[in-house]
Amino acid sequence: MRPMAQIAMVMNLDKCIGCHTCSVTCKQAWTNRRGMEYVWFNNVETRPGQGYPRRYEDQERWRGGWELNRRGALKLKAGGRIRKLAGIFSNPELPEIKDYYEPWTYDYRNLTDAPLGDDFPVAEPISQLDGKPMKIEWSANWDDNLAGAPAHGDLDPMVERARKQASDKVRFEFEQSFMFYLPRICEHCLNPSCVASCPSGAMYKRAEDGIVLVDQDRCRGWRMCVTGCPYKKVYFNHRTGKAEKCTMCYPRVEVGLPTVCSETCVGRLRYLGVMLYDADKVTAAASVRDERALYEAQLDVFLDPEDSRVRQECEEAGIPYDWLEAARRSPVHALISRYRVALPLHPEYRTMPMVWYIPPLSPVVDALTETGHDGEDAGNLFGAIDSLRIPLEYLAELFTAGDLGPVRSSLEKLAAMRSHMRAINLGEEPDPSVPAAVGMGAYEIEQMYRLLAIAKYEDRYVIPTAAIGDARRLEESALPQGCSLDFDGGPGMGGDGPFGRDSGRKLLPLVPVEENFHILRGRQTADDTDPAAVTHTSDAEEA
Amino acid sequence: MTTLLWGVLPYVTFALLVAGLVWRHRYDRFGWTTRSSQVHESRLLNIASPAFHYGILFVLAGHVVRLFVPESWTDAVGVSEHTYHLFSLYGGTAAGLLTVAGIALLVYRRRTNAPVFRATTVNDKIMYVVLLAAIVMGMVAKLAHASGDGYDYRQSIAVWARSLFTLRPDIDRMTGVPVLYEIHAVIGMVLIALVPYTRLVHMFSAPVQYLFRPYVVYRSRDLEQLGPRPERRGWEKAGS
Repeated sequence: MRPMAQIAMVMNLDKCIGCHTCSVTCKQAWTNRRGMEYVWFNNVETRPGQGYPRRYEDQERWRGGWELNRRGALKLKAGGRIRKLAGIFSNPELPEIKDYYEPWTYDYRNLTDAPLGDDFPVAEPISQLDGKPMKIEWSANWDDNLAGAPAHGDLDPMVERARKQASDKVRFEFEQSFMFYLPRICEHCLNPSCVASCPSGAMYKRAEDGIVLVDQDRCRGWRMCVTGCPYKKVYFNHRTGKAEKCTMCYPRVEVGLPTVCSETCVGRLRYLGVMLYDADKVTAAASVRDERALYEAQLDVFLDPEDSRVRQECEEAGIPYDWLEAARRSPVHALISRYRVALPLHPEYRTMPMVWYIPPLSPVVDALTETGHDGEDAGNLFGAIDSLRIPLEYLAELFTAGDLGPVRSSLEKLAAMRSHMRAINLGEEPDPSVPAAVGMGAYEIEQMYRLLAIAKYEDRYVIPTAAIGDARRLEESALPQGCSLDFDGGPGMGGDGPFGRDSGRKLLPLVPVEENFHILRGRQTADDTDPAAVTHTSDAEEA
Repeated sequence: MTTLLWGVLPYVTFALLVAGLVWRHRYDRFGWTTRSSQVHESRLLNIASPAFHYGILFVLAGHVVRLFVPESWTDAVGVSEHTYHLFSLYGGTAAGLLTVAGIALLVYRRRTNAPVFRATTVNDKIMYVVLLAAIVMGMVAKLAHASGDGYDYRQSIAVWARSLFTLRPDIDRMTGVPVLYEIHAVIGMVLIALVPYTRLVHMFSAPVQYLFRPYVVYRSRDLEQLGPRPERRGWEKAGS
């Protein structure tokens, strides 16, 4: 056993209202730069829909993720090492920016500078790629709320697959039957195919928390990671020529803060926590022959933090105590392993993704209510989950490689929870057969309800800090392990070098943080905005 | 003049190459990239780029054989001067044509595709001029002396090139070399000197280690690196 810890996320899709706050705040924080105009580390897709970039789930086209070779061993779908190096001069499977969308701005200046005339001046859209006027034809979110679904709905690769499974009867019913939102970030996979695709070795998975990052100094812009990621969540910065991706907001996570997308989520649908897993079992689990067994295989990779043997192994592997405690309280672990309501997105890509989703029950409830039935009655709901084949099959294509079982089981648990909690709310005697039908007890279902419906900030985000994890090591080592000046770019790295300290880089003006804080507080509490004036007044008062 | 061109310039070139690479590695690793424009335009690039790169690799191999394999070695294996010339002429010309076709298509693409052209810096343009000049002059020199056994550079240029490494440049060997070859050699040296200062630097990051490393790379946080590191070349300030 080689236990490792991973910061993982679960999103409760029932709660997503598709407001895109997560996307916007993420963009403001991370990708509001030149070269990254078209990039959304976090995006919210309306499903059914083509997604962003368009039809990214069509792996026959984009060749992302892993597949099994004839001997049953994992191999990159885009080709192995030799093929990658032989084809390094171009990458036929690389999406162009136009497969995402052509980013644009508006010629706002024309609104004020246009000469006097008979017509109102307009702000013409200007392409951010070539600076010329353009016609806006697609965006990161063009098919929001099923916009254009009659025209484009068929292009959703998952619709295609579900139709193949369920034959003709579902034709054109998707658009009428249901819709939900799917917020997506990098999956920070256990078996990341982007990392495996990187010829330079610039991409890596952090050993402490499993966050997958790109080393900007080592990336040489070969672009293989963009192809390698089946979720298309590694992006090419066309100005710097480097790959960039979702960082799981590691500077925040390291100090115990949730990611920006989680922090700002209006629906409070995101959960962050630690998952413990056995790194030795990952490859075997990802190589399971039957695609539909991949979900169960991944569950087997996770370790139970309550198991004393696991805890001992973790301690020996150097996982800090507070990380183990965080793993016990982890809402993510509860939703994935204990209640088994969360499911992985596209396990068939064999990357072992670590952002999981609770499938939405709302489409089923809405459909029931529309037909005049009681949408929260357990009997009705259980029946409807099964009879509303279309949502079930579509969700199964997303979350379990087409296996209806886990999706049905998850939805039934959610249905049972609704029914049970309604009885309690209405002061009725809850029917014990309802939780029993989904293999849960009344207490367990109420606990799940607390986590799904009430969970406060500190219950949703249980994030051990990196610093506390390191504290013991820092205490124990009176002497630093290496030369403390020997960090990257520091004086220990061979002095300032032959070209002097300022060669090639500009130094940040170093401003102590406390001073900033005091200035800020002073400014916020003072009547006068000028800090000099504040001092002056207080001096005058003393006098 | 002869001393300057064939005795000094090669060492200046070499010094610029090494110093540039060291400087780049030490201070501008962030700028060390192919700066690919494939996200803007993929169709032409998928044809032109492999053609150019494979062509130029073959040309490079040809130069290595030409300059650094002494005639006595090929004689020892029993390759006659005529056979060598024919091989060099046809092989070299084929590779050269592939390279020229590739780079011509690449330049055409760069000029006609608006986003790609907009992403082209002055540095790139200078590099393209020198690179094109070196390739074209090489082709011209070769084809202008194609008759018979051609110009036997292995008695002159190659000997001079090898003598550079013994730090005793045999400048006399370069007298009487056709002027086309001389121009090609000078442009070639300029190109080599330019490599570390242009995007051509990506040739020094051929990712051979990819063949040997495990697929998934794990790394730990640098515990000595507390707080932000100094801002480096190429990194934008937050909020800019």
